[in-house]
Amino acid sequence: MTSVSVIDSVSQAATTPDTPQPYRELGLAEDEYARIREILGRRPTEAELAMYSVMWSEHCSYKSSKVHLKYFGETTTEEMRAKMLAGIGENAGVVDIGDGWAVTFKAESHNHPSYVEPYQGAATGVGGIVRDIMAMGARPLAVLDSLRFGPADAPDTRRVLPGVVAGVGGYGNCLGLPNVGGEVVFDRTYAGNPLVNALCVGAMRAEDLHLAHASGVGNKIILFGASTGLDGIGGVSVLASESFDGDESAAGRKKLPSVQVGDPFTEKVLIECCLELFGRGIVVGIQDLGGAGLSCATSELASAGDGGMHIDLDRVPLRATGMTPAEILSSESQERMCAVVKPSDVDEFLAVCAKWDVQATEIGVVTDGDRLVIDWHGETVVDVPPRTVAHEGPVYQRPVQRPEKQDTLRANGSAALTRPSGAAELEQTLLRMIASPNLASRSWVTQQYDHYVRGNTVLAQPADTGVVRIDEETGRGVAIATDCNGRFCELDPYQGAQLALAESYRNVVVSGAEPVAVTNCLNFGAATDPGVMWQFQQAVRGLADGCVALGIPVTGGNVSFYNQTGDTAILPTPVIGVLGVLDDVRRRIPTGIGAEAGETLLLLGETADELDGSEWAHVVHGHLGGTPPKVDLAREKLLGEILIAGSRDGMISAAHDLSEGGLAQAAVETCLIGETGARIILDPDQDPFVQLFAESAGRVLVAVPRTEEPRFTEMCTARGLPWRKTGVVDAESGSLEIQGVTTLSLEKLRQAWEGTLPRLFD
Amino acid sequence: MARVVVDVMPKPEILDPQGKAVAGALPRLGFTGVTEVRQGKRFELEVDDSVDDATLAKIAESFLANPVIEDWSVRRVEP
Repeated sequence: MTSVSVIDSVSQAATTPDTPQPYRELGLAEDEYARIREILGRRPTEAELAMYSVMWSEHCSYKSSKVHLKYFGETTTEEMRAKMLAGIGENAGVVDIGDGWAVTFKAESHNHPSYVEPYQGAATGVGGIVRDIMAMGARPLAVLDSLRFGPADAPDTRRVLPGVVAGVGGYGNCLGLPNVGGEVVFDRTYAGNPLVNALCVGAMRAEDLHLAHASGVGNKIILFGASTGLDGIGGVSVLASESFDGDESAAGRKKLPSVQVGDPFTEKVLIECCLELFGRGIVVGIQDLGGAGLSCATSELASAGDGGMHIDLDRVPLRATGMTPAEILSSESQERMCAVVKPSDVDEFLAVCAKWDVQATEIGVVTDGDRLVIDWHGETVVDVPPRTVAHEGPVYQRPVQRPEKQDTLRANGSAALTRPSGAAELEQTLLRMIASPNLASRSWVTQQYDHYVRGNTVLAQPADTGVVRIDEETGRGVAIATDCNGRFCELDPYQGAQLALAESYRNVVVSGAEPVAVTNCLNFGAATDPGVMWQFQQAVRGLADGCVALGIPVTGGNVSFYNQTGDTAILPTPVIGVLGVLDDVRRRIPTGIGAEAGETLLLLGETADELDGSEWAHVVHGHLGGTPPKVDLAREKLLGEILIAGSRDGMISAAHDLSEGGLAQAAVETCLIGETGARIILDPDQDPFVQLFAESAGRVLVAVPRTEEPRFTEMCTARGLPWRKTGVVDAESGSLEIQGVTTLSLEKLRQAWEGTLPRLFD
Repeated sequence: MARVVVDVMPKPEILDPQGKAVAGALPRLGFTGVTEVRQGKRFELEVDDSVDDATLAKIAESFLANPVIEDWSVRRVEP
């Protein structure tokens, strides 16, 4: 099988136009295959077919989402762009955070691999997003993970969740990166399709920003990091079985797993090696190898540069024997990077890699012209215009149709559901709610992650937001949070996306940080379903319009379609990440009360009878229908300004955002996190149930020192932010009293809140 | 009673970071000439005669090995 005659070279392809090719098995549609033939003026070789099929996949080409994502660019104003150094289309967005620092952050989904093999799927998800951050020239600083699973008590959740959590922790902990936040949400729609979204944030000096392009004729292409093996090539193995029909290796190849196993220790040295290479200024362009491996890295680098590229595939270090060019180009072996280096710097580059014990090989050169040419065993197996592979893939205007069921769903509000009345029922509801899987303490999950490695973590779970110090002298740092309520998005994807944005924004401002940028990880069902495309279109518009209202740009994102079990799509889940800046992390506001004696509790914002899609309707009645809470982004912005000003002037000693579970949940958490009791005094003019469990947006529970109370409340009044004195911190009591409803000891609350996940997963 | 040995190995195409670490350590310790190391695990089960091969295969596939990334083999050995 190694004989030259089986190589499907370009010249071979030109003389055998009628050779049948397995394009369908590779996921290409008939018209896509026809277009490839038209671009090349002949049939593609096996290697070219492999490249086009992976690069034109939904995951790499964004072919169904592109027409909608354009809306982000159309709505982003110059003012919003002011601090943006790199945006959508680069490996990750980059923003200027002041003092000469730039911060880059991005989220990516690894949903399907994590269902097949939870540990490795989640681990390599973390590894992949960390390399995206490295490819911008930044040092990765922290990760967050946003996870969705089927019902907490479902047998398969017991298989998937522990593996995913161990994988996120295993890879991140070995890399020495703190995990500072994220979410864990349970819903039956994720049962056969969990969501594993990993976010990484990194920092660099603004002048060190690196972009992925191959420029300068004669510059060398260097592949460095791990060897290339047969892992993760999934569907491409059909090529081997087609061409080597009857060969023994073919039958084996057919069953190649599409999962990859990562090695965080290799990635750790790769990080340090890259940072030294950047520091020495010997990297012209750099790209990580993720999905689609070398196909992606070579075509994207060449496409974004100003010349062509010639690659000698024989030079790629391989881990397996007998690999075909198509397999080498499609392999998703982990922990690899590709750099463009000036010829005069190659020796130094290789020496740095050798010092870090990182394998590095010159595999090609930037050429004059506009072709990507790849040779194998002395024959040319790829000769394509790189833009047609990387940036000019198919674009689909998929049908968009608001589902008929939407009206029924919207009409079926929660008003008819039986509400608890009287103190005893309210107490019982509160205890049931805080112990429910979506509201219970996440410490069973988060304690498996290292939060404090590197010594710069200022806030981490169970705080609303992760805060990491970047400059150890000035104390400048960033706050980052991710959020999404999929039920609200199901009821109204436009408003749901804005609610997710609002909550993530609020989570950042409660730490006292000023939001500067947004990223997203948009998880939806099948792009071929017009109803799903409507949800997607609405969510994108909601998010983009929301960002305009808040004045901060979307700097990057990720789209994941086809998240469904059978015909049932997941709840639309546009996970929104917001990045904020703290000029000095020492003024960050903690989540728990009790920092100072005699704090006053104030509820900022207004509570309305908004329980459609709420956690209460879900937990107590298994109900989803109606209209999500209304969203007022001008109010969210004002709330943010007040919290930031309050933090600057030292007027706030704790703040906690109200979201799922309402005031009851926020009060319980702020007490338990601060290990301090409190007394809540409800408004006599409003239904206690609504006050405790409604999920109106734009609300924050703050604790202010009694001495600062007049100044703070005057500021709120002057700026038109509704507030209500809603209780006092009571350090002596050791309990949470909700006046007229119940008094519960912190011990009892803690048992209810913390007992659930260990009981389910230990 | 019989002794059954179940060998579990990472699939050949899957990266084996442990084996790689061992392979990397050998030359540092002065052992030359070893070109590759793969690391797996071995289970020894004492089983009644009533346990048939199909049951042993099920034990290996569903519990001892992770068939997504590992191969396994079962053999009976003399006690």
